Amino acid sequence: MKKILPLLALLILASLAVAQKTTLTVAVFPNLDDSLKAQIPLFNKKFPDVEVKLVIQQYADHHNALTTALATGQGLPDVAAIEIGYVGRFAEGQGFEDLNKAPYSAGQYKKLFTPYTISQATSSDGRFIAMPTDIGPGTFFYRNDILQKAGVDPKSMMTWPGYIAAGRAIKSSTGSFLIADAADVAWINIFATTPANTSPYFDEQGKVVVDTPRFVRAFELAKNIRAAGLDARIGSWTNEWYDAFKKGTVATQFSGAWLMGHLKNWMAPDTKGLWRVQQLPEGMYASWGGSFYGIPSASKNKALAWEFIKFVTTNDESQIAGFKAIGAFPALLAAQNDPVFNDPVEFLGGQKAFLIWRDAARRVKPLKANKYDRVAYEILGTALSQVLDEGKDVTAALAEAKRLIERRMR
Amino acid sequence: MQESLSNPRPSSSPSGLAMRWSNFQRRYAPYIFISPFFILFLIFGLYPSLFSLYISFQSWTPSDGWGHWKFVGLGNYAFTLTDPMFWRSMWNTVWLGVFSGIPQHLIAIPLAFVIHMVLSRFKTFVTAVYFLPYITSSVAIALIFNTLFATHNGVINLIIAHLHTWPVLGWLLPDQNINWFISANIKYALALVVVWQFTGWNTLLYLSAIQAIPKDLYEAAAVDGASRIQQFRYITLPLLRPMMFFAVSLTIIGNMQLFEQPFVLLNGGASTATPGGQTAAMYMYRTAFEWLDMGTAASIAWILFAFIGILTYLNNLIFGRTARGGD
Repeated sequence: MKKILPLLALLILASLAVAQKTTLTVAVFPNLDDSLKAQIPLFNKKFPDVEVKLVIQQYADHHNALTTALATGQGLPDVAAIEIGYVGRFAEGQGFEDLNKAPYSAGQYKKLFTPYTISQATSSDGRFIAMPTDIGPGTFFYRNDILQKAGVDPKSMMTWPGYIAAGRAIKSSTGSFLIADAADVAWINIFATTPANTSPYFDEQGKVVVDTPRFVRAFELAKNIRAAGLDARIGSWTNEWYDAFKKGTVATQFSGAWLMGHLKNWMAPDTKGLWRVQQLPEGMYASWGGSFYGIPSASKNKALAWEFIKFVTTNDESQIAGFKAIGAFPALLAAQNDPVFNDPVEFLGGQKAFLIWRDAARRVKPLKANKYDRVAYEILGTALSQVLDEGKDVTAALAEAKRLIERRMR
Repeated sequence: MQESLSNPRPSSSPSGLAMRWSNFQRRYAPYIFISPFFILFLIFGLYPSLFSLYISFQSWTPSDGWGHWKFVGLGNYAFTLTDPMFWRSMWNTVWLGVFSGIPQHLIAIPLAFVIHMVLSRFKTFVTAVYFLPYITSSVAIALIFNTLFATHNGVINLIIAHLHTWPVLGWLLPDQNINWFISANIKYALALVVVWQFTGWNTLLYLSAIQAIPKDLYEAAAVDGASRIQQFRYITLPLLRPMMFFAVSLTIIGNMQLFEQPFVLLNGGASTATPGGQTAAMYMYRTAFEWLDMGTAASIAWILFAFIGILTYLNNLIFGRTARGGD
């Protein structure tokens, strides 16, 4: 009897626990949901009583819905996925829990992650609102077959003048364009030359810096490529863009490492083996993309939400499962040491690309989010298209952009 | 009343109850019957409008949460009215309003006349065909046109390239593929989409008005020796004025609020052609949801409202008097 009693108590407790199975709502966008679907079974091994309910919406819809839910304080999930393009904006708002504070005390976990991700999710007043899950080290994709046909050594493209010279050789001998949109060259230059711990567009005091030499150079480079007729003038994420990748009418592309997953899965699966990657020219390193998980302050399951976030972001096994599912580069440093990173990448002709990206990820300088990053990005994009499409003078366009950004900072 | 009379039961209290019920019904039933509209209107029409008026005087980042707004007086209006990006989007809106609005009517009126006069046997079929774009989802339309307008192998550029090889016409056309998705060109592409989509709707409106014109007017004119063109000029056009007033009003309101077509063709604002193609409604949406500035977005909404009001008033001045006066 004495032996049975604790057992009985345990049974009763267990049955109670089953009856009280908690539901945790996690809002997420594709294809991060595929990564979570691989991680949830592992989470449930540790927390069998938790049912994780995924709310999946398309990228823009997900963030719009999140904005609306934060505005009204209604219908918020327990855990929200936040993409890099939104994390700065949400950090400046008051809608998410500050994970620096107890009971989260996330400070102890920060050293586990790729360093620059921490500052991305930190507001200007020092609140840390989301844990990083994947990152997008900026990388240089090129079509090996086209370069060979043109007799261009990829190493020769490691300076910007060399890149443009190679573009001329490729255009004249193969007819392929150097890049889809010259604007991408300007952007990668702007991102990669940002000094540590500032936003790309603002200095430490929050002053607009878009008329400084590094912006002038970025714009001039793009302008030279356009003037030489080396870009296909195709915007990203359009049907024509996908088509150019399929048909091989563009020879190079700058992007986050995650672009390979898209190329492989749906954009241009037939180009398998033809692509290679290398670091960006002139020793540049840039962050291009990334995802985070945060806890809305209105969540009713904060303790459990925190357990979930900790599990999916700081557990090696879980991060590797997510990496294998969608190929998004893990933010967790320990996960980056997994043997799977030594594997050759078939899509890239057997190149050990994960090692290249890991190296890049460790060299990216930490960026600081600014409330007006998005506005500045938009206004600068307009200035860039005025320079490229309408032939506007670079200095004048940047001065105008500076004025327009300053107007918005009120 | 009827119920209480037909009630055969002698007991006085139920019949009193029935009387009261009947009175209640007579007095309140109309209100109850129309209440669904008013309840829905209050929740989804009036409340958001008043709230947007209120919020247009506040500074509010929606991700801060409900109630976290700050009174800024007329600051948002002052900002919007001096905002070059806003005025550029207004200019885009007006340009599109004119260059996609006027062709719709210039095509629809003669088309309706021709359908009525010549194709009357196939009227139903022909109108259905012209009406089809109107009931197709704008998003689907914009996606299809996105492909048609592609720079390198879009059908529209291929046609232009082919026409270029023709004599005479070739001189008028460019010898290079047109990049439609730059600020200078995007408006033409957008106008084409809008004209294609809404001409059928206007044709239907004008056709119904033409059918209401008495036949004997045409017969009398024919007896007097008026040609088809004269009949169109001196009978159809003047008698269409009331419908023109109505159709032009709808076009003005619709074009000033143009949103889905530019939104999808411009990739939600990610396209480099966004400055040259985004309408005021799209700029408002992006101010609210991309830049999280609800107060400024609300002020754009009310400025746009005032602008639509003025245009509708002008339209009323031009067409309205004769439209209401009958002839």
